[in-house]
Amino acid sequence: MNRLFKQTLLILAIVVVCLYSVVGLPWSPSVMRDHLRRNIRLGLDLRGGVSFILRVKVEDVPPAQRAGIVEQTRHVLDRRINAFGLSESSVQSYGSRGDELLVQLPDVNDPARIRRALESPTVLEWYAVQGGPYSSAEEARAQHGGVLPLGTQLFPVQPAGPGEPSRAWYLVSGLPVIRGADLRDARVSANDWSRPVTTFTLSQEAARRFEAYTQANIGKRAAIVLDRQVLSAPVIEDVIRDTGQIRGAGTLEEAQDLAANLRSGALPAGVEVLQERTVAPSLGADSIRHGVAASAAGLAAVVAAMLLYYRWAGANATLALVLNGVLLLAALSWFGAVLTLPGIAGVVLTIGMAVDSNVLIFERIREELRAGKSAAAAVAAGFTKAFGTLVDTHVTTVVSCAFLFLFGTPAVRGFAVTLVIGLVTNLFTAVFVSRVAFDWELARRRTPAQLSI
Amino acid sequence: MELFKDTRFDFLGRQRLFIAASLLLTVAGLASLILKGGPRYGVEFRGGAVMDVQWAGTPPIAEIRAAISPRVPGVSVVEAHDLTGSNELLISTQIEETENLTAIREAIISGLAEVHGSYKLGSFEAIGPQIGADLRHQALLATASASAGMLAYLAWRFRWIYGAAAVIAVVHDTFLTVGLFSLAGKEISLTVVAALLTLIGYSMNDTIVVFDRIRDNRKRMPREPLRAVVNLSINQTLSRTALSSGLTLLTALALLAFGGPVLNGFSLALVAGIIVGTYSSIFVASPILVAWDRWSGGVR
Repeated sequence: MNRLFKQTLLILAIVVVCLYSVVGLPWSPSVMRDHLRRNIRLGLDLRGGVSFILRVKVEDVPPAQRAGIVEQTRHVLDRRINAFGLSESSVQSYGSRGDELLVQLPDVNDPARIRRALESPTVLEWYAVQGGPYSSAEEARAQHGGVLPLGTQLFPVQPAGPGEPSRAWYLVSGLPVIRGADLRDARVSANDWSRPVTTFTLSQEAARRFEAYTQANIGKRAAIVLDRQVLSAPVIEDVIRDTGQIRGAGTLEEAQDLAANLRSGALPAGVEVLQERTVAPSLGADSIRHGVAASAAGLAAVVAAMLLYYRWAGANATLALVLNGVLLLAALSWFGAVLTLPGIAGVVLTIGMAVDSNVLIFERIREELRAGKSAAAAVAAGFTKAFGTLVDTHVTTVVSCAFLFLFGTPAVRGFAVTLVIGLVTNLFTAVFVSRVAFDWELARRRTPAQLSI
Repeated sequence: MELFKDTRFDFLGRQRLFIAASLLLTVAGLASLILKGGPRYGVEFRGGAVMDVQWAGTPPIAEIRAAISPRVPGVSVVEAHDLTGSNELLISTQIEETENLTAIREAIISGLAEVHGSYKLGSFEAIGPQIGADLRHQALLATASASAGMLAYLAWRFRWIYGAAAVIAVVHDTFLTVGLFSLAGKEISLTVVAALLTLIGYSMNDTIVVFDRIRDNRKRMPREPLRAVVNLSINQTLSRTALSSGLTLLTALALLAFGGPVLNGFSLALVAGIIVGTYSSIFVASPILVAWDRWSGGVR
């Protein structure tokens, strides 16, 4: 009795801790729902959001600079999505080739804008203009006898809209006066005609260089070049120290994105999108609703059948099943695991195996009772014999999960993780908790003990 | 309540019938797979784009197809198969070149804008052919290595023939289910793969319960021929097998009925898998043990 009491206390304590870590203190349903939402993190397929798999074009970079290029790219992309103010977004390395990155942005529904911001190299440079504008690249060359002068290069002016041809070219110096790395900050401000303008601030060292350059070149043109396209080529009217402005953005949003990208730095190498995935939050919510409805219906059917078939022992099994669900949720929140659709598949298999564990034990007890054992002896023998089988089935599944985790894709891993957690909690609930429940029943009944099974 | 009490079915007596049934289904699935040039992979595994659109009323499919096809050549517009009969559309196309990947979403959306009617974009997925091939490769590698791991564990806990028989049964189940999907013209998507993994776990569990009983009974009655022991063990575990499978099937059926379109392929594979998995523990895995025993002259 004393041992039984301690075991019951232990179970109660575990349940309370688990419940607390999943839903918090039961002040009100909304508080509990908030806790649940915070503690059980949902994957993009259930929550809605955008994810990309990007490949860093390592081959575009000279071999000497390739070391660490993927990691640098990851940092720049990370800063960019942070500059967007998106919480809980992440950039991780992905795949086995080492040049792929997985970008995940929960709750975002407009992948096009994010993608443009991620793909844009955002190399900003300021050049001295040597000639132009010319109406075509051919004309520019013709003006200089067919070849470009030494130490100069030719850049087109940014076209009026995407897909349109450039209408003008500028001949500029070979080396930029300032470049993206010289920037200290970039913000959006509205100018006199309330057109959005991105204002940038230079670092101290660059500001000194820029001041000297503008002083010496008053009256000449300078070209502001973004990603090898001339945004504007204003005439230098006065000495400029540490701030400059970039025009040419069509909308406020574009100007903001440009400022965010300038703050985050230029991409060290180009990237290409290998995979894009968008799930509308409403669809994710639908999936959850369907999943919860289906689980509830399935669970109700299982519980009804168990009670019908095993009577009081069915109640034990129901208790074990429900506790298993609570423990599984608590473990998911402790490990910070992310619940996805394949993860739910793992939960479904867990429920299946939990039901099976109970059935296995009960059938063994019935067999022992049929063989003429007393209730207490039958319970003891039933649990002992079934336990051997349960260990084999559970360990086999854990072994397979280990391989799925080692070699699987992220989705398959989600399945493996939830399943392993579910199996461990199931061994506890189906074997230990259910046994304690049986012991209570045996202790409650006077001799000769009869079991309701 | 007890359904099966001291049953004495001769499960192994009819094994030829069941082997014939298994072979027939396997051949039918195989024929379908060969005729259709392999399983129909979802875009995740093939490289392609698919957009899921929820229409307010009945979607004007012909009109939608006409609006999108000039922008996206080779596009397919189909209604999503679902028991609840929602007005959902799947707009999909193959992607051959990674460069085309990013433009497809805008192309489909601008096509949809020309169609009358109100709709909501559910999800969009575009996967380059390279990633698709990677995923396929990785899913196969994971499944194969997991099977090898289970075989090794069972060989250690029982004997190697037990491990081999269990893995053959599981391969049989997976194959039948994939064949069934091919016959029904359904896609093998990432969620279906999750369901296949689930069914592998379930079938394995079911087989081990029977094997455990066989091992137990062999110890208790070493003089009995294996055939009789296997038959007895299947009968002894029959009640558990029927109940567990029945209850799990209930859960899977609930998932099929209420799980919504996203889980549809998953639940279907699960329902098929539970039935086939239960069947295979009794009629595939156990006969293999007996056949091996007879072939190797009853050496234990």
